[in-house]
Amino acid sequence: MSEIQLEIDGKEVKATEGMTVLEAAQSAGIFIPTLCYHEKLEPFGGCRVCIVEVEVNGWTKLVVSCVYPVEENIIVRTRSEKVDRIRKTIIELLMAHAPNSPQLQDLAKEYGADRDRFEKDTSFCIHCGLCVRYCAEVAKKNAIGFVGRGINKEISFIPEIAAKVCNDCKECFPLCPTSYLQAAFVLTESLAFPSPSSERASEE
Amino acid sequence: MARLNSPEELENFRQEILSKRDPSTTCISICAGAGCIASGADEVIAAFKAQIEKEGLTAKVDTKGTGCPGFCERGPVVVIYPEEICYLQVAAEDVPEIVSETIKKKKIVERLLFVDPGTGEKAIHESDISFYKNQERNVLCNNIKIDSKSIDDYLAIGGYSALTKALSQMTDLEILEEVKKSNLRGRGGAGFPAGRKWEGSRNAPEPIKYVIVNADEGDPGAFMDRALLEGNPHSILEGLIIGGYAIGSHEGYFYVRQEYPLAVENINLAIKQAEAYGLLGKNILGSGFDFKVFVHQGAGAFVCGESTALMTSLEGRVGEPRPKYTRSNIKGLWNRPSVLNNVETWANVPLIINNGADWFNQIGTESSKGTKIFSLVGKITNTGLVEVPMGMTLRDIIYKIGGGIPNGKKFKAVQTGGPSGGCIPEDQLDLKVGFDELTKAGSMMGSGGMIVLDEDTCMVDVARYFINFLTDESCGKCVPCREGLRQMHRILTNITVGKGKEGDIELLEELSETAVEASLCALGKSAPNPFLSTLRYFRDEYEAHIKEKRCPALSCKELISFYIDPAKCKACMICFKKCPAEAIDGGKKKIHIIDQEKCTNCGTCFEVCPAKFDAVTKISGEPVPAPVAEEERMITKKSPRKSK
Repeated sequence: MSEIQLEIDGKEVKATEGMTVLEAAQSAGIFIPTLCYHEKLEPFGGCRVCIVEVEVNGWTKLVVSCVYPVEENIIVRTRSEKVDRIRKTIIELLMAHAPNSPQLQDLAKEYGADRDRFEKDTSFCIHCGLCVRYCAEVAKKNAIGFVGRGINKEISFIPEIAAKVCNDCKECFPLCPTSYLQAAFVLTESLAFPSPSSERASEE
Repeated sequence: MARLNSPEELENFRQEILSKRDPSTTCISICAGAGCIASGADEVIAAFKAQIEKEGLTAKVDTKGTGCPGFCERGPVVVIYPEEICYLQVAAEDVPEIVSETIKKKKIVERLLFVDPGTGEKAIHESDISFYKNQERNVLCNNIKIDSKSIDDYLAIGGYSALTKALSQMTDLEILEEVKKSNLRGRGGAGFPAGRKWEGSRNAPEPIKYVIVNADEGDPGAFMDRALLEGNPHSILEGLIIGGYAIGSHEGYFYVRQEYPLAVENINLAIKQAEAYGLLGKNILGSGFDFKVFVHQGAGAFVCGESTALMTSLEGRVGEPRPKYTRSNIKGLWNRPSVLNNVETWANVPLIINNGADWFNQIGTESSKGTKIFSLVGKITNTGLVEVPMGMTLRDIIYKIGGGIPNGKKFKAVQTGGPSGGCIPEDQLDLKVGFDELTKAGSMMGSGGMIVLDEDTCMVDVARYFINFLTDESCGKCVPCREGLRQMHRILTNITVGKGKEGDIELLEELSETAVEASLCALGKSAPNPFLSTLRYFRDEYEAHIKEKRCPALSCKELISFYIDPAKCKACMICFKKCPAEAIDGGKKKIHIIDQEKCTNCGTCFEVCPAKFDAVTKISGEPVPAPVAEEERMITKKSPRKSK
């Protein structure tokens, strides 16, 4: 692995080939906000909050740092007027779904986002996919997936699998930035899992 | 049929086919494309076959269902060769007359000819019709000449000669150089130079490479690729095999949208036929080159036309774009170098190999070479597919070929580039079509959709319509597209129903910036175009909707009212009877009045009021005049009234 030298927010940063800009920044103690990133998971590039400005050979472009690979001598700016404006809009868009998410509230404070800017669609889920991907990539259970497309997309536990594996795992619960994941689980549980008491009753 | 094992065998076989065909034989070509089939082409073909048999002409007359020649407005289209007599809107009932007059007596059936709407002149030959006369049909021209289900027909018009040339007279590198030199740019949307894309894959170290046909044509109102897939599948296949040879790929894919069943059928058949002739498979024409092709059907997602989503879908996973910053010609399908080109791009390849890059470079503009097929639809007299040299002006396409706007209406704008394209206004009609020219004007080439809009079209509503389409088709993976479009659609809808607020335009602009700059794939990045381009050229319409609650095109239902001018109303009772909401009060000789409370703005009264009275008007942004006083409502000959 060859070493790559780049600049992030005026600071010289050393990284290794194959790292993303986000990883390089984190290793240098530079903070870039994220919502769908998790160190154990493949980069998803869904929330776009980690967007940064990258200058390559004099050309400036916006890229998402969780996916963009480090390159020799690039200059990264993790904040700029434009980056901040886009982050603010993204946070406001997500707050139409989950206005009380602590993570979103923190980001809103930092970027001056107005949680009531857009008409509410309080579905709570922000489609970061952390639960779905963690279950598939780390837990390797595939007990939860995305169903539907676009604005109709939602997460859903697969009852047949969830009934067998979720009670002993629940590792995805703390990853969720909103309260939606547990709600979805409780719903699936009540609709599809045989509850221990009723099972016992039927055995008697 | 035995395999053809060398270029010579193919050439001999071609000569054998031609020797059995007399060019002076009468051939009745009937378009069997999806558009003509929808207007009864199957019945027409059956009627011709039956009539020819009945008259005992089977030995002398060929009858075939062919590919789409593009004039869908007047289908079913019938062309009789060798005279090239073109009949339009032919029905099965017309067949006996055509056979007895034209086939037997060589007389023209006048009533089925094209009549120029401008001059009133009739055109007998296909090439005399104004719709065709001004086109340059290099790619589409063979559609009407061949039975799309017959490889022999394709061979008879010189098919697979480019492949022969490529395999026997050129090295793979020479082919690549020729394509690069031709400056062929991708016909699917972005206009990326095909040769450079090929070169990237060719030079990538990974030994297994793929070539893919993007046949996931999903733009509303676009059907160029469908016409080629259905009408001349071998031309695309030939291009694909040549591409495979040039980059060192042995496996090709057709990604066809499932909504094109006839295209899927014809392309599968073409592959089978090519395999049987040894034009696919092992050791093609004795060259040592192996190549196989598979067909994959999309599952109905517009986003799968996007390259990385298409490849993910092809791998059997959910068709969502990949977030990676790697070109798919380096790491594409199964992470291997993959050249993905659109149907029309591949169909241009055999032409370039046969005629040379210099020939191709003669056509077009500085930066856009060759011809481009557009699907000309909307408020246009001649709906259909038109193939023109790059650099033709929009005005020529719309007026010379398209025959202008029907019903005496005024042109307002032309929407190009599919749902994420833009609207170009009247003062830019002299714009030359080309990749960069259209982008500069705030629109894009896209895959060649061209929707003409007339004065009755509300531009805010057009933006709302396309943003709605894209909201529906967003895969939902990234926030700027999924959530941004949802909000944009909501705001645009509010504006069209009179709930627009100060600041809406600025908010839409901000959401557009976020989508353009931060979206994951090209769908999201270009999705705000319908809004941005209509705002650029028709800002006054947005402002009228928001500030005055007025729709200048008198189109947005919630912002208009219908009113009967008492001075013009003749109390004929037509609108009174037709109104589905029973909102019209009146009687014989009693001037009609619309009860605005009951009116649903359906527009029936406006449509049925006889043109000679022209008493019903649409109003927007102003109060409806008070109804005429009850005592003045009776029409007597001696009381002429004044207008409001």
